[in-house]
Amino acid sequence: MRFADEFRDPHKARVLVNEIARLAAPLAAARRRPLQIMEVCGGHTHTIFRYGLKTLLPEDSIEFVHGPGCPVCVLPMGRVDDCIALARNPAIIFTTFGDAMRVPGSQGSLLQAKANGADVRMVYSPLDALRIARLNPQREVVFFALGFETTMPSTALTVLQAQLEGIGNFSLFCNHITIIPTMQAILDSPDLRLDGFLGPGHVSMVIGNRPYDFIAERYRRPIVVAGFEPLDLLQSLWMVVKQLAEGRCEVENQYTRIVSETGNAAALAAVNRVFELREFFEWRGLGSIDQSGVRMREEFAALDAEIKFGVPNIKIADPASCQCGEVLKGVIKPRQCKVFGTACTPEKPLGALMVSSEGACSAYYQYGRIDVKDRRPTPTTPA
Amino acid sequence: MRAVAERGPSLSAPSTSSAIDTPTITLAHGGGGRAMRGLIEGILLPAFHNPLLATLEDQARVPLAELAALGDRLAFTTDTYVVTPIEFPGGDIGKLAVCGTVNDLAVGGARPLFLSCGLVMEEGFPIAELIKIANSMGRAAREAGVAIVTGDTKVVERGAADRIFINTAGIGVIPAGVDLAATRARPGDAVIVNGTLGDHGIAILLARNELAFGADVVSDCRSLHGLIVAMRAVCADIRCLRDATRGGVATVLNEFAMSSQVGIRLREAALPLNEAVRAACELLGLDPLYLANEGKLVAIVPRLDAAAVVTAMRAHPAGRDAAIVGEVCAAPAGNVILSTAIGGDRVVDMLVGEQLPRIC
Repeated sequence: MRFADEFRDPHKARVLVNEIARLAAPLAAARRRPLQIMEVCGGHTHTIFRYGLKTLLPEDSIEFVHGPGCPVCVLPMGRVDDCIALARNPAIIFTTFGDAMRVPGSQGSLLQAKANGADVRMVYSPLDALRIARLNPQREVVFFALGFETTMPSTALTVLQAQLEGIGNFSLFCNHITIIPTMQAILDSPDLRLDGFLGPGHVSMVIGNRPYDFIAERYRRPIVVAGFEPLDLLQSLWMVVKQLAEGRCEVENQYTRIVSETGNAAALAAVNRVFELREFFEWRGLGSIDQSGVRMREEFAALDAEIKFGVPNIKIADPASCQCGEVLKGVIKPRQCKVFGTACTPEKPLGALMVSSEGACSAYYQYGRIDVKDRRPTPTTPA
Repeated sequence: MRAVAERGPSLSAPSTSSAIDTPTITLAHGGGGRAMRGLIEGILLPAFHNPLLATLEDQARVPLAELAALGDRLAFTTDTYVVTPIEFPGGDIGKLAVCGTVNDLAVGGARPLFLSCGLVMEEGFPIAELIKIANSMGRAAREAGVAIVTGDTKVVERGAADRIFINTAGIGVIPAGVDLAATRARPGDAVIVNGTLGDHGIAILLARNELAFGADVVSDCRSLHGLIVAMRAVCADIRCLRDATRGGVATVLNEFAMSSQVGIRLREAALPLNEAVRAACELLGLDPLYLANEGKLVAIVPRLDAAAVVTAMRAHPAGRDAAIVGEVCAAPAGNVILSTAIGGDRVVDMLVGEQLPRIC
């Protein structure tokens, strides 16, 4: 398949892996631990596990730390409870992306709310939600907007379209979050050990590369904006390790076929037109982070479900046994969490990282429970 | 399920001729009276036409001697079909209800012989669509060499069912000496599939018209009995055989790995995939290993027989894209490992709940 197979070539992968191993070995030896590289984006976590990239790399010199960039994972329980409160309103058709359906709140998930009679519908785009609103003028349609800058523009354009068409029965429950303050919160964490970052490719497609300058300048860490195919990730990792080997700390762009220096001006304009920063936003596992979320501007109050339906804004503390925050900051590995695989499993997730396939714990549980490298089946004779 | 004695008037109930004079199903069509007899005589009997059904008794009566001549064990299975939409490229709920149950018998090594047909319809369901579905069932049954010999019809109020549900139970006979079981995979055996994965799952997703893109994907819905006969002709000792329906190939292989306490190693590059299905999976973040199929089987055969089995399969219309996709290993017992195209390894676990499309 074009535009996919080119980026999954095992021979090129081998060349990159060898080069990464060569550069990383002395760096890891000097630190007496593997280089810790955080992939910020959940899509990258997914790629790492789906293609088994971890098993290709030398584990004594490279360690991936799975970052906070899975929007489903960092959604706090209270917001899920708010969603369910909205969805239970018989006047409302509650529309959401598929993987938000299973996130547990304190009263269960949207999937359970649906089973109990709430009208919850899975959509693939916010425009699908707008179409449902057009088709059901007698009902109220709420779209559960979440995600980083990647999904913000399509939500913003949907809001502008709804306003343009005067669709009065459509509104947005806005849970969009921004990546930069979150990366800063991680960098300010006292137990930080990260050596470098793989930057989020699709967020950067919207915001460009410049917002990451502070990471290189102030925190002296290399960051390479990375694409999502396996070779993209390996090349980006090689670029990070090369910077470390050469003593450089720069913002580099591997994903040049998609990401430009300044981002997408039209997308940013739509986002700025519709959204403004919140003073703070609550993250699952990370707590409250200043200016890390957006809300709709007052001009769009009629399309804001929080105002329209008086969303209860429930606050619920993360379960005390959960160590999602430490996993997110790279302080511990998923397997080191007290409840991993016991009280917290994909069937009954306790912490957010176990919910989505992009969540570090879920990925570990699904793909990494068995150390395929250590226990590679031995060749056998025919029966 | 209600006992036979309590069952409402059945397809094989005595009846007198009566015209079908409404364009849609009404509660009367399930009420046991004249309307129901009209439905049975006017639509179902002609579509399913066969001598056992035509005796019009409350139950089909099968001479045991005829069954015993075919083998030494009876295979008995049931499945209920609730697909939306009821018609899709490559089939409809009727064809599915026949092929699915036939396949459940066939993968046990049985020769499928008889089916029942239980219909649950929502009032207001168009008669014209019922005729199409009944004819589709009849056609699929004839193609698979089975007879629909008994049945039941119920009509429920609007909203109590989604248009039409079909239950089919099936009876077949397993020839003496055939021993297929999920516990029989041995290290060294080869893993074979009969063609492209996930066609049915993606065809259904596309047919729902909820995606903002289209593609030419046709469901693989078909009976596999003939293919299995061709496989058995060249390999007397097929170890494990299952059709990979809901949960896909990944689920079946996990069942084999757990039951046989062996490891199974798949090669991603060897998996047959239709390009359009692959592209849809890339776009939606779905894994074709977990997508539903309705005409795909997974077989585990001794390595020495594998090439001959694949050759025999490719000569059959249901196995043109058959391929060896992996092998059975001693470890890690109970697990399925995929060697990815790029050269890495990952575990292919059982799915938790449904596959949900990823957000971005």
